[in-house]
Amino acid sequence: MKYLNDLENKSIYILREAYANIKNLAMLWSIGKDSTVLLWLTRKAFFGHVPFPLIHIDTAYKIPEMIKYRDKLTKKWKLNMIYGINEKALAVKKTFKSGNVNRIECCENLKTKALEDTLNASGSRYKFNHQTGKYHLDKSKEVFTGIILGIRSDEEGSRSKERYFSVRDKNNQWRVGEQAPEFWDQYNTDLPPKEHVRIHPLLDWTELNIWEYIEREKIPMVSLYYNKGQGLRYRSLGCYPCTFPIKSKAKNNKEIIKELKLGKLKNIAERSGRAQDKDDNGGLESLRRRGYM
Amino acid sequence: MKAKSIKKNKLSQQTGLKPVSIAFVGHVDHGKSTIIGRLLSDTGVIADGKIERIKKNCADNAKPFEYAFLIDALKDEQTQGITIDSARVFFKTNKRKYIIIDAPGHIEFLKNMVTGASRADMAVLVIDANEGLQTNSFRHGYFLSMLGIKKIIVLINKMDLTGYRKSVFNSICNEYSVFLKKIGISADCFIPVSGKFGDNIFSSGKNMPWYKGKKLLDALDNINVCENDSNEDFRMWVQDVYKFTEDGDSRRIIAGTVNNGKVGVNDNIVFYPSGKKTAVKTIERFPVKKAKSIFKNEAVGFTLKEQLYIKRGQLMCLENENRPYVSCDFLANIFWLGDKPLTAGTNYILKIGTQKVSAVITDINNKIDAVTLKETKKVKKINKNEAARVEIKTKEPIVFDTVDMIQETSRFVLVDDIQISGGGIILKELISSNKAVVDECIDRNFHWVKSAIPIEEKIEKYGQKPKLIIVTGIEKSDRKKFARNLEKKLFLSGRKVYFLGIGSVIYGVDADLKNTDKKTDRQEHIRRLSEIANILLDAGLIVIISASELSLKELDKIKTFVSDFDVIPIWFGESAKKGFEGAATLNSISKIIVKI
Repeated sequence: MKYLNDLENKSIYILREAYANIKNLAMLWSIGKDSTVLLWLTRKAFFGHVPFPLIHIDTAYKIPEMIKYRDKLTKKWKLNMIYGINEKALAVKKTFKSGNVNRIECCENLKTKALEDTLNASGSRYKFNHQTGKYHLDKSKEVFTGIILGIRSDEEGSRSKERYFSVRDKNNQWRVGEQAPEFWDQYNTDLPPKEHVRIHPLLDWTELNIWEYIEREKIPMVSLYYNKGQGLRYRSLGCYPCTFPIKSKAKNNKEIIKELKLGKLKNIAERSGRAQDKDDNGGLESLRRRGYM
Repeated sequence: MKAKSIKKNKLSQQTGLKPVSIAFVGHVDHGKSTIIGRLLSDTGVIADGKIERIKKNCADNAKPFEYAFLIDALKDEQTQGITIDSARVFFKTNKRKYIIIDAPGHIEFLKNMVTGASRADMAVLVIDANEGLQTNSFRHGYFLSMLGIKKIIVLINKMDLTGYRKSVFNSICNEYSVFLKKIGISADCFIPVSGKFGDNIFSSGKNMPWYKGKKLLDALDNINVCENDSNEDFRMWVQDVYKFTEDGDSRRIIAGTVNNGKVGVNDNIVFYPSGKKTAVKTIERFPVKKAKSIFKNEAVGFTLKEQLYIKRGQLMCLENENRPYVSCDFLANIFWLGDKPLTAGTNYILKIGTQKVSAVITDINNKIDAVTLKETKKVKKINKNEAARVEIKTKEPIVFDTVDMIQETSRFVLVDDIQISGGGIILKELISSNKAVVDECIDRNFHWVKSAIPIEEKIEKYGQKPKLIIVTGIEKSDRKKFARNLEKKLFLSGRKVYFLGIGSVIYGVDADLKNTDKKTDRQEHIRRLSEIANILLDAGLIVIISASELSLKELDKIKTFVSDFDVIPIWFGESAKKGFEGAATLNSISKIIVKI
């Protein structure tokens, strides 16, 4: 398992660089396998502590079990948990489920816009209070200038173009062609005003690495990833109107690893259960350039 | 057929190994992406969805499907036909897994080629047999040597366009070998291939019976990427010092990733550039895992036997091993990727490991043409994508190794404005004008008698960070009055503060100084004043000193002596001298106090 150690070491280095260099730092926790591995790595990097807030973008359409799992771990690991939500778009029903917009527009409203507004504090943020055990409106107007994300370069084309530290401009846009070089474990940590940096510690990991690591470290996962007897499991998690399970008999980590190794899923893209990708001609690219994760 | 033979592999062979990363480099349109596409389909890693999407895209653009589009997945690139960035793709052979890094060949995107190639264990350099050696065939070779990549395979591609002639292959190989030798690289092998038809990629094919060497896949599998470090001196950049107090955690952890060698519990360690010495108490990890020693590349933490005031940017070393250099001046080979040319005399930010300092290029010895290797003397600037040998001066002393000692701790980047714009490797230390001061501080810190009360505890108890306030300005002024007023105001606001007047030193500590040469005396006065201030700062105080018309050089000298502590230089008078934080008058004390 030497290569898992190498991946772990590199990710920890990146996390510590982010913490040392970026003032207002937060981590995006989507509740999925990748960002939960990232959360685990954070606890490793900081010796059991998570020294920055975790942000979840709630679309109000998340599979309910995801929210339950989020709050369980929040309490168990004493996390500084914040969720952001685009209440305006939901109020006027600008969602795919209500039939008013298409999938791509829905993603832009409930995820891209919600993320942008949560980071710059213009949207509603709710913070978990460990005393009351409930979420309360977060009155702080702190603007996050650095956000750690669990994206991997093997997921799809545009993500393989990412740097470990990737600067986004004030309109949240990603200028792929203009990225500064990044080499020898040195990152672009200085930010122009109004811009923010996205940090990608998992860029070198594959889906298989993620599962092998979850198994090795015994990281608790939301059970939606496992087949509970119906021959179905989720391979990627999102909003229920646009996320569908795949056919799979894998009941636990070991069986998922075997499934991936045997190439059973070779002809199915990891995000094939995510309907918004198919509606966007260039994979996720046009979504991502405008700030999607 | 080819894919099947891969699938048959036992699973066990494919796990437990680190994937090897390969960068494909070379001139634009020499066929790098085509070869990668060929490798991916021959090793059976292409998912159906991916091909269909690319096919659809090709159809939409009325273009024939090409393997190259697999990598050039972004819409932009397919319309332009060039790879913008370094895409990463994974595949596996019987022996091991690979990550492919496709580095763009277009000169416009050299910065992306550098980004991609710097992550690689090995490089495959692709040359078009039909077009022959082009500028980027050379330039990329040169940059690989600068980046420290030593395992290289050279592919002579598009042999199909030359009628698979041996003579074409041989003549390119000969010419290119001469170049590689000059930059200190020896290629693992040269292979004649056709990316389009697959000759010598996975199997030999029938077109080049005269070639008896390795096919690409065999050549890749045969390269040993394990580094044989000749130097095993322990090195670790301090990334941070953590003291998380939640849940009653009282550990003070020095965190970092081991850059070279190994270290164990109880080993005597020294931090540079400060020269502070102690021993390792424990190795820290989460979840708790007992370890007696720790090796290269491991991300860890340490607690120390004695509490030292350590900050990010120090290099942790072993006392009984070779020590690194500590200096402000060094000679380096650099490459420049910034749009704005690099010029001598301009300030840049230099980052080496976790150190970050202001630096200036004091001299460009010569410019090196990365294509012809011709050297030009007497140049004033280095343009984008050029290389040079330069002398660099940092504002504060930094710690480093030279490239012949340890590669990792000899590499630095230069930041122009806010973007990484260049990289370099240190060839040798140059003797700084302040060498005596630097050496004295290292020696003093090495032998410093440590208090049982760590400085952090003093900071907490006194509710203040020790700081040195230097008040300077023209000779005949109310400087002393200002310093005393400042002391009083700070004192009344509850601060532990001490004004150390020069007169208190000259006739006491400095009583033995009776040089007729006033300049020598002045420098010795400053040295002694700084050393006394350093002791008072270590006690946890805010210290105010006053001296007339300090030069920037003298200010830097004082800063070196008290390098652990924050220094606030104040110019007393109407208009401040360059390098000082604004001018201060007797009426502006309250404004200054806010900063302290």
